Amino acid sequence: MGEQRIRVLIAKPGLDGHDRGAKVLARALRDAGMEVIYTGLRQTPEQIAATATQEDVHVVGLSCLSGAHLELFPRVVELLKEHGADDILVLGGGTIPAEDISVLKERGVAEVFTPGASTQEVVEFVKRSVNL
Amino acid sequence: MFDRDALLSLEQQKDAWERGPVAKTLEQFGERSEQFRTTSELPVERLYTPLELAEADYQRDQGLPGEYPFTRGIQPTMYRGRLWTMRQYAGFGNAEESNRRYKYLLEQGQTGLSVAFDLPTQIGYDSDHSLSRGEVGKVGVAIDSLADMELLFDGIPLDQVSTSMTINAPAAILLAMYAALARKQGVALDKLRGTIQNDILKEYVARGTYIFPPQPSMRLVSDTFAFCAEQLPNWNSISISGYHMREAGCNAVQEVAFTLANAIAYVQAALEAGLDVDTFAPRLSFFFDAHNDLLEEVSKFRAARKLWARIMKERFGAVKARSQMLRFHTQTAGSALTAQQPDNNVVRVTLQALAAVLGGTQSLHTNSREEALALPTEDSVRLALRTQQVIAHESGVGNTVDPLAGSYYVEALTREIEDRVTAYIEKIDELGGTARAIEQGYIQREIQESAYTHQKEVESCERVVVGLNKYRIAEEPPTNLLRLDPEVERREREKLEQLRGRRDNAHVTTTLEGVRKAAAGRENLVPRIQEAVEAYATLGEICDVLRGEFGVHQASVVF
Amino acid sequence: MSLAEGVRRGEVRATAKLITLIENHPESAVEDLRALHPHTGNAHIVGITGSPGIGKSTLTDALAKRWRKDGAHIGIIAVDPNSPFSGGALLGDRIRMQELATDPGVFIRSMGARGRLGGLARATHNAIRVLDAGGKDVILVETVGVGQSELDIVRTADTVVVGLVPGMGDDIQTIKAGILEVADVFVINKADRPDARRLMMELQTMLDLDPERHSHWEPPIERTVATTGEGIEMLMAAIRNHWEHLTYSGELEQRRRERYAAELQSVVEDYWRMRFFEYWQREGHWEQVVEQLLRKETDPFSAARKLVAPFLDSESRRVNL
Repeated sequence: MGEQRIRVLIAKPGLDGHDRGAKVLARALRDAGMEVIYTGLRQTPEQIAATATQEDVHVVGLSCLSGAHLELFPRVVELLKEHGADDILVLGGGTIPAEDISVLKERGVAEVFTPGASTQEVVEFVKRSVNL
Repeated sequence: MFDRDALLSLEQQKDAWERGPVAKTLEQFGERSEQFRTTSELPVERLYTPLELAEADYQRDQGLPGEYPFTRGIQPTMYRGRLWTMRQYAGFGNAEESNRRYKYLLEQGQTGLSVAFDLPTQIGYDSDHSLSRGEVGKVGVAIDSLADMELLFDGIPLDQVSTSMTINAPAAILLAMYAALARKQGVALDKLRGTIQNDILKEYVARGTYIFPPQPSMRLVSDTFAFCAEQLPNWNSISISGYHMREAGCNAVQEVAFTLANAIAYVQAALEAGLDVDTFAPRLSFFFDAHNDLLEEVSKFRAARKLWARIMKERFGAVKARSQMLRFHTQTAGSALTAQQPDNNVVRVTLQALAAVLGGTQSLHTNSREEALALPTEDSVRLALRTQQVIAHESGVGNTVDPLAGSYYVEALTREIEDRVTAYIEKIDELGGTARAIEQGYIQREIQESAYTHQKEVESCERVVVGLNKYRIAEEPPTNLLRLDPEVERREREKLEQLRGRRDNAHVTTTLEGVRKAAAGRENLVPRIQEAVEAYATLGEICDVLRGEFGVHQASVVF
Repeated sequence: MSLAEGVRRGEVRATAKLITLIENHPESAVEDLRALHPHTGNAHIVGITGSPGIGKSTLTDALAKRWRKDGAHIGIIAVDPNSPFSGGALLGDRIRMQELATDPGVFIRSMGARGRLGGLARATHNAIRVLDAGGKDVILVETVGVGQSELDIVRTADTVVVGLVPGMGDDIQTIKAGILEVADVFVINKADRPDARRLMMELQTMLDLDPERHSHWEPPIERTVATTGEGIEMLMAAIRNHWEHLTYSGELEQRRRERYAAELQSVVEDYWRMRFFEYWQREGHWEQVVEQLLRKETDPFSAARKLVAPFLDSESRRVNL
């Protein structure tokens, strides 16, 4: 008799070292009953996609505050596709201007959370999106 | 400080007041909250009176400005003499673009420069490195070699400005570039004024731009201390920073505690490297956050000064007054800005800046209103600078020294913070010092705990953030944000290619070999780095050599 | 194509999916596990255990990298505790294994213990089976490591590596708490610390006090600084020596025999339990029986027999059909 858990990878792509939001969110997801894998700073999109695939997570949450999101987030989406893991949902967060959000969504990012978003919004979004 | 009899009678009077008018008022109206607390969760009483300061001793606890323990300020006349340095942190895109912004700021009355570098520069990668993709010129200016520094300071004589550089792991390299540039401009090194952040310890816990493991990193710090003591007498060889730990979520008490604990580690490392405390200690500087809770922040700055003076005098036996002075830069709290109703941020920044000035800061950066969303436009930066100018010239708070001293509340809070910081430092000493505390994840956990508590309080509306969880409005996403030129990265790559084609590559190799040898041995690295820099070796090439000798830091503690 | 076939072909996605299935719906994974069973038994299963802070993940990372140099294919399972309150977990062991993430010869899986207390998750054992059948040469299993009962790893690993660190204060207590018995190899990590020598001597003294237990294999004590890679070569050699000892002494077969016996027992138990509760969800009148007990109309022993009898009947009818 197994127990099901939502599994989430929280990742910091690029060189940005601001991990307050990522860590706070990781804890909030944990407290909402999810298993959260956190891999630390300076992850390449290749590392993130490989980790997400091996860990078979439902969701990858990408956090970037350096402005490199347009380069990095869609790359993760592409690589997941290459791994045959395009059922994994990719979410983004950080200082992301409104006009970039639509670009990211067009390129496969399911949702983007910007400064001021509450962790509960993210928790709810993940729960809604993942059907266990 | 107060007469015993007077205190006794005050105690009776206060007791009667509480049982009488206070009780009656409470019965009728109650108070807004069961418990009042500062941003740092310190309890706040209804009223402060001399009773809370019964144990205080003016001479011991406050003293006079410019005198030990410097609670009231590090200079006798403070802002009556000279205002604080207005120093806006800026830099983006390439060197040419940032140079234009610096000249604009100087024209607008800014009195010091503060250079923001992009992440590849901060982490020791050239603009054409694969890990630099998407990051070039984003959070600061891209500097690959001395050639970029020449462009960055084009038309700015280095003996006319003081320059702060937010650079840590490769601080020695940027310092060497700055010195090399001074030589090219014909400016003597002892005329250079400014600061390198050079505070690697907090990078491991909060900011994340580390490169090398702690041990060789501390050696680089000690090498820059020695180099500056010898060659750049007016240069701050480090800016020990609480700012980033505060931004990562810790509270005011922890900010001071962890900063001073890191400072203790730097002093110890320098002493172990054989330096005399009074040769380098006068050039240690600090960097704090100015957060929302005005009076707590003022008390924080005062407590920090007092604590540092005591640490330097009693723990390290520093004799020079300058060694005991805590000189600091302040930046308003970026994490307190909201993306919602960004104009509200102007008000927040004003209050925070006021705290810094009332706390006796030596220099100040005021954030711009849209910084929760993007780097600021020229207009926004000007408004932020004007905020400082209004405080300086119109508010009158700089006309007397430490004007809040003697406030029962501020003095009691100063004391409270001091006690709590002391307890933290004792705890860190018990753990074996700050390096060990970081290795065990103690400091990281303390910061994360505070950050998480804060977030939960905001989400439950226990803590009101105007415009975010209360007084919200429907609003359109802001427009007119600063857009960075997407071509910067490509152009920087081309520039690098040209540089590598044009310079004397044999000479570059020789100087890099000199850096390698110095890194493997014990000689001071900075002069060797300087030779490499002058040969136009790139930052990435020098860091690669150092990575080869020192290894790279692997983060190990997460939660 | 079944997940098992994907696993046999070395497909990462299938391997990951099957492990998830084992974690969430173990009953649905039975077919695949059955198909994989004949292909297991080739991997050397190495457990890494010890208190928090001894650097288990860093040791795991360093060992994996060293083994990769010899071309070995590596599986890693890192187990962390779940929060008893929310059931969630923060799985942070991969942070120390970042460089391995993109190595196609390495498969890493983080696992929440999901309430189990023995140091591993319920799913760990079968996840190892999947990696083994998928052609991994060495499978490194990092336990929760709360310093107490780490019994699961003994039943799972061929070689148990117990890590200690000087200056943790609780060294001797940890050693006394039963770790002496489970270790095939000791490693003193962070051995560049000043009191490493003392810890080593204390440990050796304790081993010497009990020579009987180690008459066939005396656990070596290795010293490492995993962050720099110092001593990893020797540690790996010690682990390999133990593997050779197991193979040539016949102990490997004996250990595996015991392991299969234990597994068989638990699978049988699980199977019956599952069948019984399925039956009872359909047919049960549990609460009525409890009421009868309360009124002393029956006793638990008679009641149990009465409850099980019709279930056994229905099972035997099912088998005869």
